[in-house]
Amino acid sequence: MSTRTIVSAAYVAGAVAAALSTATLVTATDAVAQAKDKCYGISMAGKNDCAAGPGTTCAGTSSVDYQGNAWTYVEAGTCMDIDLPDGRMGSLEPLERDLPA
Amino acid sequence: MPDAAAYERGFRGAILDPGTQTPAGLASAFGGIPTKRFDVYRNNVTVSLTKALADIFPAVCRIVGEERFADLARLFVRENPPKSPLLFRYGENFAAFIEAFAPAATMPYLADVARLEHAWLSAYHAADAAPLSPGALSAIAPDKLPQARFAKHPAAALVRSQYAAVTIFNANRDEQERRRINAGVPENGLITRPEFEVRLAPISGGDTAFLHALFAGKTLAEAAEAAVAADTGFDLSAAIGMMLSSGAFKAVDVKR
Amino acid sequence: MNHHVSTVNAPRRFPRFTIDGLSGASFKPEHFEAISKDGAFDGFLEVHAENYMGDGGPPHRQLTVMRERFPLSLHGVCMSIGGQGELDADHLARFAALVHRYEPALVSEHLAWSTHDDVFLNDLLPLPYTSETLERVCAHIDQVQEAIGRPLLLENPSTYLLFEESTYSETDFLEEVTERTGCGLLLDVNNVFVSATNHGTSAMDYLAQFPLERIGEIHLAGHAEQDDGEGHVLLIDSHDGPVADPVWKLYEIVIGQCGPVPTLVEWDNDIPGWPVLKSEAAAARSIMDRHASSFMLGRRHA
Repeated sequence: MSTRTIVSAAYVAGAVAAALSTATLVTATDAVAQAKDKCYGISMAGKNDCAAGPGTTCAGTSSVDYQGNAWTYVEAGTCMDIDLPDGRMGSLEPLERDLPA
Repeated sequence: MPDAAAYERGFRGAILDPGTQTPAGLASAFGGIPTKRFDVYRNNVTVSLTKALADIFPAVCRIVGEERFADLARLFVRENPPKSPLLFRYGENFAAFIEAFAPAATMPYLADVARLEHAWLSAYHAADAAPLSPGALSAIAPDKLPQARFAKHPAAALVRSQYAAVTIFNANRDEQERRRINAGVPENGLITRPEFEVRLAPISGGDTAFLHALFAGKTLAEAAEAAVAADTGFDLSAAIGMMLSSGAFKAVDVKR
Repeated sequence: MNHHVSTVNAPRRFPRFTIDGLSGASFKPEHFEAISKDGAFDGFLEVHAENYMGDGGPPHRQLTVMRERFPLSLHGVCMSIGGQGELDADHLARFAALVHRYEPALVSEHLAWSTHDDVFLNDLLPLPYTSETLERVCAHIDQVQEAIGRPLLLENPSTYLLFEESTYSETDFLEEVTERTGCGLLLDVNNVFVSATNHGTSAMDYLAQFPLERIGEIHLAGHAEQDDGEGHVLLIDSHDGPVADPVWKLYEIVIGQCGPVPTLVEWDNDIPGWPVLKSEAAAARSIMDRHASSFMLGRRHA
């Protein structure tokens, strides 16, 4: 079951050789060394690009969620800065379906 | 003991559904039905899971605004409570939920931003592995290279989008100045974590097809063909450079 | 891979620090840099086990660095020991793997539940204290202790309501658990105060009934004040502020009674800078130090 090859072995070998010989080749390890202290070393306090995501909690919360079923249309956030190709600006819309009571 | 866990079922049923009554069998030391006391548990669960989602999806939260995000998250939490105590894995289907959520139809890029964020956190917690080194590649005889197959790095992931998901993600994950973004430019994102820093880079359609094929276990030659088919301008040499610089792979293997 | 590590003579990968008489703070990733640069902190750190159950990445890297320098307390939050269903075998295996990997000085969990069937509710939910739940809790603790190869410390919960079907007091229940399983106790003094206030009882009476000789660790934390809608104060175990004065007073009484016990100040919401956490831990330490001299004379067991 030979497949018709449009990519020849010589082409692949040549591409690998070219990639490896490029003076500008930056390996992942090099790139890491340049940013060595980011996140795990000297942390970036408050920067989301190093955020660890959610932690567990053994505490209750003093902030109250009103548990409402309402979905009211409120413009907020940065969505108004994002344009869609058809000229719409996408912000959330009123909910048409019924919410669970 | 036929009903030893009745109280658990009562909590489970009522805790994410504010429309239900306080379960039976609960008491306040001061008498009466402890409605507000039970609501403390409802509140703890809802707020903590909403906060967990905001921590997993900070860009989505910033895009729609905190209040709106809390509404979105609350609906999601009620329909999809976590199945695992490992909260950093929660929200795997949040993107699909957003996609199916009618009020978000005007923000068609939002689900893809959520996909990037979930992949980002998965990469953060993924197993450690040294990225593929150039030496491993140069050790392979040139005539064997077309048959080489690559093992994906545990943190690597591809997210395809019809929208400018990577640009929108980046603009909303740090506190930079707000600026206008044209969402209509399709962008695919490659997520990697060569050591301890998660990286997200936009990649071309050809590179996406190339990596997709390699991640699926195809040979280097097969992946190159798939990439050329997707993008006639595909540059194999540059793509191999990208394979090495991104840390998307951990090993290469040539079958005897 | 690590099956054989639990034997007594297994090589240790980390320093064997003593935790006796120390106070500590919760380790939060955002404090990694500050703690790394802090040459003066001589306490211990506590982490929630679940946050280190990923396969790799920065969390394990940070914890390894911290464990090299400080005694560690591994605090489980999600085992659902008080649940009526089976323990999650995968979760227990992950927990045991962390105990083996990081060699913590203390290992603890909660008298509470959070998982029912396969749904995880992410809160420490209360259980009635009956002979049925007692058997279940003891079986679960036996299972955990078997898996980790060492005793567990079980923490008393903060509660907001009571169960009509309860037949044990919380302190009798805990005492029974320790006797049957050999586990120790983690006394959360803030939880004692929160629950006593919420149920109109006396925190001092609770402490008088508590099996103090089983305590292996103490927790302190801040709480928030609300009301129950019926005119009674309702305290929330919110861990979002400094330890309250009455909780410090209760703590001093416990230390006066027991001598120094490793003490952690928890702060999980609205987390302040490292110096604030450190100073809360230092306050606990100074109370222990004040009482330490009398216990050096052996009064503790007199």
